Amino acid sequence: MRWKTGILTVGIVGVVGLLAAMGTSYVGDRYAGEKHLAGPPATPELVARGAYLARLGDCAACHSIPGKPPYSGGLRMVTPIGAIYTTNITPDPTYGIGRFSLADFDRALRFGVANGHTLYPAMPFTSFYNTTPEDVAALYAYFQQGVPAAVVSNRPSDIPFPLSMRWPLTYWRWLFAPKPTPFQPLAAADAEVARGAYFVEGLGHCGECHTPRAVTMQLKATTPKDGSAYLSGAVIESYFAPSLRNGGTGTLGDWSVEELAQFLKSGASSKGIAFGSMSDVIIHSTQYMSDADALAAATYLKSIRNDDAGKAGPFLYDPAVHTALKNGDASKPGALAYLDNCAACHRPDGLGYERVFPRLAGNGVVQAGDPISLISIILNGASTPRTKGAPAQFAMPSFATRLSDQDVTDLVNFIRSSWGNHASSTTARDVARVRKATRPNG
Amino acid sequence: MAERRKRVDAVIIGYGWAGAIMAKTLTDAGLSVVALERGPARDTSPDFEYPRIVDELKYGVRGDLWQPLAKETVTVRHGVNDVAAPYRKYGSFVLGNGVGGAGVHWNGQLWRASPEDLRLRSHIEERYGKSAIPHDMTIQDYPVTFEELEPHFDHFEKVCAVSGIAGNLRGAIRPGGNPFEGPRSDEFPTPPLPPIEVARLFERATAELGYKAFPVPSANSSIPYTNPYGVRLGPCNLCGFCERFGCFLYSKASPQTSILPILVDRPNLEVRTGAYVTKILRDSSGKIATGALYIDDSGAEVEQPADLVILSAFQMHNVRLLLLSGIGTPYDPATSEGLVGKNYAYQMVAQTAAYFSEDVEINPFIGAGAAGQRTIDEFNSDHFDHSGLGFIGGSQIYAGATGGRPIDQMMLPPDVPHWGAGWKAGIRKHYRHSAPLGTMGTVMSYRDRYLSLDPTYKDAHGLPLLRITFDWHDNEYKMAAYSASKMEEIVRVMKPEKHATILMRPGMPYDVRIYQSTHTTGGAIIGSNPTNSVINRYSQSWDVSNLFIYGASAFPQNIGYNPTGLLAALAYFSAAKIGDSYLKSPGPLVPA
Repeated sequence: MRWKTGILTVGIVGVVGLLAAMGTSYVGDRYAGEKHLAGPPATPELVARGAYLARLGDCAACHSIPGKPPYSGGLRMVTPIGAIYTTNITPDPTYGIGRFSLADFDRALRFGVANGHTLYPAMPFTSFYNTTPEDVAALYAYFQQGVPAAVVSNRPSDIPFPLSMRWPLTYWRWLFAPKPTPFQPLAAADAEVARGAYFVEGLGHCGECHTPRAVTMQLKATTPKDGSAYLSGAVIESYFAPSLRNGGTGTLGDWSVEELAQFLKSGASSKGIAFGSMSDVIIHSTQYMSDADALAAATYLKSIRNDDAGKAGPFLYDPAVHTALKNGDASKPGALAYLDNCAACHRPDGLGYERVFPRLAGNGVVQAGDPISLISIILNGASTPRTKGAPAQFAMPSFATRLSDQDVTDLVNFIRSSWGNHASSTTARDVARVRKATRPNG
Repeated sequence: MAERRKRVDAVIIGYGWAGAIMAKTLTDAGLSVVALERGPARDTSPDFEYPRIVDELKYGVRGDLWQPLAKETVTVRHGVNDVAAPYRKYGSFVLGNGVGGAGVHWNGQLWRASPEDLRLRSHIEERYGKSAIPHDMTIQDYPVTFEELEPHFDHFEKVCAVSGIAGNLRGAIRPGGNPFEGPRSDEFPTPPLPPIEVARLFERATAELGYKAFPVPSANSSIPYTNPYGVRLGPCNLCGFCERFGCFLYSKASPQTSILPILVDRPNLEVRTGAYVTKILRDSSGKIATGALYIDDSGAEVEQPADLVILSAFQMHNVRLLLLSGIGTPYDPATSEGLVGKNYAYQMVAQTAAYFSEDVEINPFIGAGAAGQRTIDEFNSDHFDHSGLGFIGGSQIYAGATGGRPIDQMMLPPDVPHWGAGWKAGIRKHYRHSAPLGTMGTVMSYRDRYLSLDPTYKDAHGLPLLRITFDWHDNEYKMAAYSASKMEEIVRVMKPEKHATILMRPGMPYDVRIYQSTHTTGGAIIGSNPTNSVINRYSQSWDVSNLFIYGASAFPQNIGYNPTGLLAALAYFSAAKIGDSYLKSPGPLVPA
């Protein structure tokens, strides 16, 4: 019967096609990347350079967890299809990367391929793709010689079969990952900008949080050449990682190079203080940047300009709300809540105290298009990062139990519309959503 | 049988201001250090978080941050023939507890001493003759000078972000500051906060009388400030919840806000809380300390061996531990033998409440422990001629409350009822138009004022409590009356509608029920040789050369200033010597 033949044909073609796809991707995975790399000898200098680069790349953020040996993995990361657990990248031959050649290491780092399959892009190979051969060799030397081997097994993912099959990732990688090429500065680029670009676009992997993603989960841009989406800000967990571009409100337009560099090294500048996941980045990674590298990264970031940069002037402070509060007029919605909960630290003039309690007037995070950071911080509190350069840690308490959703709404809207701030309103529904997502137990 | 822990280079008993200073010094030098604190771990977050901390009943009245008296207290009697009774409820002084100790809940008034305070006996004898000092007054000189301590006063003030104006900068008298202070090598690290209203009125009144008012030196930072350790402090907002409370603005200097942030990650420092030290252990010769014995949270006895023992458990507990450990000879007032417990002193205070008319707007809730207050030093120490007055010593006279808290700080004239409609009417009339002035004055040391172990009462572990034998002497009544008369003179110029003075007069004994001050001093005093002191100029025990004792227990008599600055300067002075000399070659630093 014709229809039986039809089904059979479709079935055989389907299965053959699937096998071909899987086989192709398997072969593709196995042979991706440089086949032979001879590394330089692992001198103490090379290992130290590798240790520094591992700090810049913040490998520990994912591959080290408290209570376990460094770099032995085990961090739980939630994906849309189930939780995955980071791997042991110590030189242990059984559970770690002890048997990796330099080529294997390079393949994992820049191509996203290891042990014959594509890595989940939670491993930001989509940013590490530009690492130079010298730096790859240094990192390899560090992870083979500078890190103690830890006999810690890798935890399999919680992703159920068939979703746990890896070969579709190969296609994702082929389609979306940037071509792994060692970083080349643009011909006309300033040396310091180039140095900063190498870090920010590469090991620093800033875009992994600060650049928005398409529905297929790849970053919309990986360099400034890819357009204005690059580092334009993105929602990560329940925060909005702000735009690192230069332009009007909500960008780094008002920051100086020195302030940015200070922020990277200490977690605070007069323009803002780190919160959320960025606190961890400062503590474990960027506080260890050399002064020169921090300045270079800052110089590079300041060179990324929106079309409206220059048209928008600097932030203009408006004293009207402060004057009203000083005169005992707390009639503006949210004003009384601000005085009762916020003003002791952030002051009725919204200027805060430099590098202790951040200013709210003209603050890029406060004025971001998406108010989610402000809502999250009010509900859950925040703690500034403790770094060698800034050992004091300042904590803002959580106000979730003290303020209702409407209270928080009024407060957010008050803050985003006072002292010269001009940013959109939020609603009690938005606040409720953040409260539920970040405080499921109330 | 006590569990024995691994030996460390140094053990610190008591983790408050002095303990934190020594923890930094010793870990800087690379020593392995264990700090033992009998109370809980405490930090600004979460323990002093706003709004929970601004709870007057919990912290200001019931003393949630203080030493629980049910577990350990002191006993008090007036004279050697009296029977001491336990101090069961907080009144006269409050005792710190937990990491940071009293450095968490103090006001932050951070003074030095006047140069002559440090050589008091010599100075008084030189100026007024030997007969000016009564036979039973046992004051003596410090074995260290103001000049030697000056760099350490300066350093601690910078660590604490003290706000003020220098009155004597390298010998030049400056307007706005204290003209009677010893020469400073540097200006204060942060500027003073503007005067609160009563202090402003006080400034005007004292200027009319020809006195030089100046801002109370405040370890309440007026601006965000990074101290010499790289630790940043926040700004004081005059919130009115200073003394008795932890600071939620990171502004009041405490070990937490000033020193501990750089100690947090030191691998060679271990802090053990819930560790109640009961004894300093010594070897069979009795001349070398071998560590500390403590009871942990579970009730188990633990021995912590160490090569160096730092005793920084607060004035009272320093003396108690020496007595419990049998170190040195307990002082016996009958024979004048022994030195441990000798020369206990306190602080003599007086207060005038000024009730102004309703057009004088005092907002009493605006206040800080020290910031915003103003004071004069004309009648303190030996800054004035005492000839013919019949006493020595003196007081600072200051204006300003630390807040207007409803339970303890709403003042009322004596004729207003204490409850009911009349009380409410009185509060309504006076709350925003009243303010206190105060005097804080010297207390000399005497043969019959001392500390010892109580023969009857014990702590929760069965160990004898410390017994205070103390009452006022003629000298202090006269000094207080004189200071109060000067204060009233100032008050009259401020023109309140009425005022009421509280003053200790002869016939009024020391009353432990009323809060006066926590500046208890002496009992392990500093001196030039083992016949007149328990510790030498480097705070090293004459009896046990690897034991150093820090706190106001060192003071041979009390000054007319808050003690923290002087005890910290002595600690830093000692710390420098330990770093320079002792660690290289342990042993007595001063020939006996």
